[in-house]
Amino acid sequence: MIEKPRIRVKTFKIDGIDVTGRADQTVLDVAIENGIDIPRLCYMEGLKSIGACRLCLVEIEGQRGLISACTARISEGMSVLTKTDRLLKYRRQILELLFSERNHQCAVCVSNGHCELQNMAISVGLTHVDIAYLNPKLNIDASHRRFLNDPNRCILCNRCVRVCDEIEGAHTWDLLGRGVDTRVVTDLDEHWGISESCTGCGKCVHVCPTGALSEKGVSVAEMAKRRNFLPYLKSNRGIS
Amino acid sequence: MKKITIDPVTRIEGHAKITIDLDDSGKVTNARMHVTQLRGFEKFCVGRPFTEMPSLTARTCGICPVSHLISASKACDMILAVKPPHTGRQLRRVINLAQIMQSHALNFFHLSSPDLLLGFDAPKEDRNIFNLIKTHPDIARNGIGLRAFGQKIIEQLGGKRIHPGWIVPGGVSHKLEPEIKDWILKGIPEQIKVTRDILDWFKKEIKNFNEEIRTFANYPTLFLGLVNDNGELEHYDGKVRVMDHIGKIVADKLDPREYQSYIGEAVEEDSYLKSPFYKPFGYPNGVYRVGPLARLNIADRCGTPIADEEHAEFKSLERGPILSSFFYHYARLIEIIYCLEKIEMILKTDDILDPHIRSFAEPNRLEGIGMSEAPRGTLMHHYRIDENGLITFANLIIASGNNNLAMNHGVYQVAKHFIDGNNITDGALNRVEAVIRAFDPCLSCSTHAIGKMPLMLELRDSNKKIVDIKTRGI
Repeated sequence: MIEKPRIRVKTFKIDGIDVTGRADQTVLDVAIENGIDIPRLCYMEGLKSIGACRLCLVEIEGQRGLISACTARISEGMSVLTKTDRLLKYRRQILELLFSERNHQCAVCVSNGHCELQNMAISVGLTHVDIAYLNPKLNIDASHRRFLNDPNRCILCNRCVRVCDEIEGAHTWDLLGRGVDTRVVTDLDEHWGISESCTGCGKCVHVCPTGALSEKGVSVAEMAKRRNFLPYLKSNRGIS
Repeated sequence: MKKITIDPVTRIEGHAKITIDLDDSGKVTNARMHVTQLRGFEKFCVGRPFTEMPSLTARTCGICPVSHLISASKACDMILAVKPPHTGRQLRRVINLAQIMQSHALNFFHLSSPDLLLGFDAPKEDRNIFNLIKTHPDIARNGIGLRAFGQKIIEQLGGKRIHPGWIVPGGVSHKLEPEIKDWILKGIPEQIKVTRDILDWFKKEIKNFNEEIRTFANYPTLFLGLVNDNGELEHYDGKVRVMDHIGKIVADKLDPREYQSYIGEAVEEDSYLKSPFYKPFGYPNGVYRVGPLARLNIADRCGTPIADEEHAEFKSLERGPILSSFFYHYARLIEIIYCLEKIEMILKTDDILDPHIRSFAEPNRLEGIGMSEAPRGTLMHHYRIDENGLITFANLIIASGNNNLAMNHGVYQVAKHFIDGNNITDGALNRVEAVIRAFDPCLSCSTHAIGKMPLMLELRDSNKKIVDIKTRGI
């Protein structure tokens, strides 16, 4: 008889509600299980969480600093706050920074209407951006026969990097540069079309939250992403 | 020497200013229209995927985005080397006709009818659609209803009234639903009746505008536009026909894809709008007009019953082509009837609900040219792409731009006739603007439907020193 691992259960509070989770779960996991919405953009079920977008920042009572809910392990008796004035203000600022950093022209974007960044802006009521736009000049990589990489729409969530590494096992994508100059690149910053590691599976395109990675040939608002494959692939490969 | 500046020109779409030069005795020596904004679409589209071009270039305009979607998608069809399925092409025709109809209604009722119904010399504060609602409520209501009908057709088909994403390279993105077809068909008879009523009124009133008819860019030019294989009015496909001022067809069945062989574009130093001309006649002799007046001049017939009757009556105004640009208004009303009739004809065909509406392909050519008739005239989109499908070159000849030379001549003609430097009346200045309004130029995407900005006039002496400034409202 196979001995089941012993799971330790912890009880704590999120926004004053008593919740229970396994010791290996994150605050975000438990919040999702309990129907408590915490905004997030880089998190994706089936991929390892890295806390890149900072949208899921939460406050823990008794602690000064903020912590990303997607990476924070739960602990017994903790009290998590997800909707304080400070958090709402920071989330809005983070979104403004994301919009101002690149050229997100929703109206003509292939992902218009299917974009997680756009939906997030709508959900927090972001009607305008006070921060000056950087308007960087970024070239599209259209060298791949089936896919496009438009860095103008990229928010550096790292999903493409993770899915390619963790699920497909190719590790075609990676990050280059630092700060606002960071870009996702294929192989050693070579054109996607000549990448030897890319298998052309398209997972990166479908986990991308915006129109940064898209299929060629689609018109404005036609790039709806399909992501149901991820939990399935994850469980098939025995990744926890 | 004095100079009068009308800046901005009101009740048009976009921004323009007019300068009128006067000699020492107050006589007009020159008059020019300047388009004062640079948009830069041809430049900033470079580097974008060609599939984005329909939605990108549609942002040129909030009044006629569908026209840009049509020409852009046709250029993309050529890059894909596909012909959209029959139903896809017919549905594109329907939305294009709805667009032309609503745009014509906007110009006639919202922008121009205050001049026609209330008079060019009516107090300036009265010449607007709001006053029209008070003085001529039925006409104002019908005009607004007509435009709304066209807008709703666009919304029903394309999902949005402005900048619908429905027209895509290869065809349209989703099929026509039967209930939408029925809704459109149900509304058409009422709108035809409304348009016929206003057309009858207009025909009776023509005699009261003799001076304007004589001077509103009434001069010999070429006329250019698309006609179908039967020589009938055509707004979606067709070949280019060029007619001269005596009605002789100087060129026929020109391939839109060869437009650069017969259309040149001159650049004037005082305007951001280029001046296209008919190449075989050179610049500036190759001045031509496009739009409703040109289309009705060059077409043998419309191809729909009521519009054909009206077209025949219209053509009887003169022996050859109708030369006065004042009759753009007349032509616009006939075209509204044509659009309504044609939409009805297309929607009553058996295969209009067919789900086969889009062709798919990868780029098979590195160059694409799309031409169609927009409300204001012939619209050309020309793209080149690299082997990855990114735009390397874009050239757009916008419908209004074709009329640039003719509009300038019209401004000069009207200014010369109506402006007296020693007694500049508001009515005279209004006519200078009205001649531009007759062409219905869409100078940008920005829309100033009721001209909210104040009109500023600068009187300047020969040293360009301002000697007087006059401002007025709407």
